[in-house]
Amino acid sequence: MSHRLANLFHGRPRLQVGALLAGPVGWLVVGYLGSLALLLIASLWSVNAVSGELVKNLSFENFETLLNEPVYRTIVVRTVAIAALVTVTDAIVAFPIAFYMAKVARSRGKAILVVAVLIPLWSSYLVKVLSWRNMLSGGGLIDWILEPIGLSGPGYGNTAVWLVMSYLWLPYMILPIFAGLERIPNSLISASEDLGASPFTTFRRVILPLTFPAVVAGSIFTFALTLGDYITPKLVSNNQFIGNVVFNNISSNLPFAAALALVPIVVMIGYLLVARKLGAFEHI
Amino acid sequence: MRLSKRSRILLRVAVGVGLAFIYIPLFVLAVYAFNSSKILEWPPPGLTFEWFPKAIESTAKDAFWTSIKVGLVATAIALLLGTLASLAVARHRFFGRETISFLVVLPIALPGIVTGVALNNTFTQVLGIDLSLFTVIVAHATFCIVVVYNNSIARLRRMSSSFEEASADLGANTWQTFRHVTLPNMRSALGAGGLLAFGLSFDEIIVTTFTIGAGEQTLPYWIYSNLFRAQQRPIVNAVAVIVVLISILPVYLAYRLTREEGGLAAARGGGHERIEGGGVETEATAVP
Repeated sequence: MSHRLANLFHGRPRLQVGALLAGPVGWLVVGYLGSLALLLIASLWSVNAVSGELVKNLSFENFETLLNEPVYRTIVVRTVAIAALVTVTDAIVAFPIAFYMAKVARSRGKAILVVAVLIPLWSSYLVKVLSWRNMLSGGGLIDWILEPIGLSGPGYGNTAVWLVMSYLWLPYMILPIFAGLERIPNSLISASEDLGASPFTTFRRVILPLTFPAVVAGSIFTFALTLGDYITPKLVSNNQFIGNVVFNNISSNLPFAAALALVPIVVMIGYLLVARKLGAFEHI
Repeated sequence: MRLSKRSRILLRVAVGVGLAFIYIPLFVLAVYAFNSSKILEWPPPGLTFEWFPKAIESTAKDAFWTSIKVGLVATAIALLLGTLASLAVARHRFFGRETISFLVVLPIALPGIVTGVALNNTFTQVLGIDLSLFTVIVAHATFCIVVVYNNSIARLRRMSSSFEEASADLGANTWQTFRHVTLPNMRSALGAGGLLAFGLSFDEIIVTTFTIGAGEQTLPYWIYSNLFRAQQRPIVNAVAVIVVLISILPVYLAYRLTREEGGLAAARGGGHERIEGGGVETEATAVP
């Protein structure tokens, strides 16, 4: 049987490709892309206010609500603002670490640092948020650290969300910058030094322009991940973010949840278009 | 790069602070799991080991087995689909070949809420299926394909296809070549991909909350639904430590398996393969 099947495929590359791709493409195109397309359609449905039943007629009702209710505008602005803030914070914190890993540490130290950055990337997301929730609670570690200098921690709120998200997505920023710095030949840096540039000038005129696309590549992750997170805001604040509203509406008003879920997609498409212009796609 | 002593020290301090920032929360979590008090004051008033036995006896145990079950089935599906896709892309030319990598990474690159709502809508409204463990498994398999695919394709690109050609010239049919030449060379890459897929599934929470049926709980979902209860707090912290240990173990093993390829860095999505000279290098990049 397996012989006959194998003979069937022999010398028929098209048939081979078809057999290889049927499963994965079926799953991802029909199943996943299909679901995304249906999400778009579902965002045009509505819910009968009295019976709570789904009305599968197409209208822009949900989008009108989104645009006209000030509360949703506030939520979208809050989410995007925190995403931008997290991105800038991560870029600033990540750069020196990535730079040290790529250009200063020797081979052994470099290997250890890479693993040290990778491990938290793979350890449970929820658990890390939980730990921050513990640390930020009243009388927790943050309060304990700040007490001797007469301060107290931020408690739960927007500051906490910013802090925790910056923490969560930091490795996603370090790795692309590290890879971008690794690509700069050391001879280029030596040339700049030999021509009399100070380390600061070399950094500003040679290293930074060459790694900027990598920073933008990292920012895609920090930005997108912040836009789509709803567990962190729920655990360390009482504020609503896009994800919270989506989740809260999932069983009562699915069409509205679908419409709101399109907001991060649209924002990300805009972001990706800009990122591509800046050459970030070479670094993903 | 030539750096002055002062800037070298400054850089070291920045790295130290950054690493402390990364690791302190994990350390604090471990300490709280042994906290003798139910209040989260720091430093803990005393340490105890009692929460771990209690955690193992609690409902978290059922959630643990659910997570294992979901992880294993989702990994099996991801292994099959990821390997098939990588073989097609690495060994054949066809229309749309460039888009496969994009397609595979999409479920994990899009925010979890988007994937979650999209699948929830398809299951409940379009197909009329009730949410259950089956729907969680389908969702997990969808975003796990990418880790298998990236590991597998990185290996296939390093592996010269001349071995396969030689096998065919010696009279092996397509299946025999795959079984005796391609597969043995891919084994460790597939092992690593499978381990990482399992790790990814084991601690996923966002898509899970959108696709899980009433009454079912994975371990992260158990943590999520118990962490607002002050009474359960120490047990939740102990379970959290167990989750970290279990999700790091497969990652460590995968790292050992593909150390020379940087598979760990590339595997988490959009691994960017770059051809240099003749060898292929995998870039250390990450996608959620």
